[in-house]
Amino acid sequence: MNEFVLIAGMMLVTFIPRYGVMALLGRIEMPGRVFRALRFVPPVVLSAIILPAVLLNSEDGRLDLTLRNSFLIAGIIAGLVAWRSKNLLLTIVVGMAALWVWRWLLMSAGG
Amino acid sequence: MTSSTVPTRRGEFWAGFRATLPLVVGAIPFGIIFGALGVTSGLSPMATVGMSLFVFAGSAQFIAAGLVAGQVGMSIIIFTTFIVNLRHALYSATLAPYVRNLPQKWLLPLGFWLTDESFVVVVTRYTQPDDSPYKHWYYLGSAVFMYTNWQLCTLLGVVAGQTIPDLRNWGLDFALIVTFIGMLITLITSRPLLISAVAAGLSAVLLNGLENKLGLVVAALLGVAAGVMAESVMPPEVKATPETAGGVRHE
Repeated sequence: MNEFVLIAGMMLVTFIPRYGVMALLGRIEMPGRVFRALRFVPPVVLSAIILPAVLLNSEDGRLDLTLRNSFLIAGIIAGLVAWRSKNLLLTIVVGMAALWVWRWLLMSAGG
Repeated sequence: MTSSTVPTRRGEFWAGFRATLPLVVGAIPFGIIFGALGVTSGLSPMATVGMSLFVFAGSAQFIAAGLVAGQVGMSIIIFTTFIVNLRHALYSATLAPYVRNLPQKWLLPLGFWLTDESFVVVVTRYTQPDDSPYKHWYYLGSAVFMYTNWQLCTLLGVVAGQTIPDLRNWGLDFALIVTFIGMLITLITSRPLLISAVAAGLSAVLLNGLENKLGLVVAALLGVAAGVMAESVMPPEVKATPETAGGVRHE
């Protein structure tokens, strides 16, 4: 495979939606309704990335609501920390620590 | 971010830089893992670094590396990259009204540097009520930090990939998720926002089987629709506190 062509192609198809929409829409007057709807984009995208990642088993894609799902447990703890503290760095540190501690507990319990 | 001082270019740049710091921390393991995976998937070290330099799109780079490892044809990889990165069109549309008066020499780099992380940080700054004329410098500060960090982490990962096996088993892929959780919680400041996020998240779980992350795009659109509908039936002046917003979860 020609890596140069691959990267050039990927660059082009990534750059077009990023820059093109911004450049084109900037020239049009956007209706207030559209503008208000777009405010929902950041939270919906994040939520649509997070929930499958924590609720589904990464190998078979099935719903995993058991205590063996360490992403789910650590994710809930991280969510609570974020909600109470509003501190992003603290959330990351506690969330990662929770993941490692939980996995260690699972390993100890499972033998 | 909101200070009583007069906004300056430099002040906005560093404020954007600082606001992006936690997201940069969250992206560090992700970048290292990409570098490591890239070279083990069959890409050359040069191409792995080049992909970070010129494509600069985390999840698309991961998927591309996976497809390269699976001997998938180039045109399919490029098409998949396009689909995976379509969500940026949504971000770009969201930012368009704020950057409409910027010249091309700003729009080109800012467009190139648009990522999930910078988008959320920057859109938060743009929606603050103060009329600072230098909010694009805030964007620049955020974007430059994300970009520089991504390059350094990729390089580190390329080196690590040849020495440490099974980086994924360390659960470092969770770092990005936990970062997104922190971002999401702070973004939910009203009931319609909460409803839109819940609708999008559940839709994404249900639509997870769709190819190429298309489920994510459809789920996002459904979430926006749910939020708009919720907003139209709820009195607009109701601004939920964290306590009341938490209570809606059971509805």
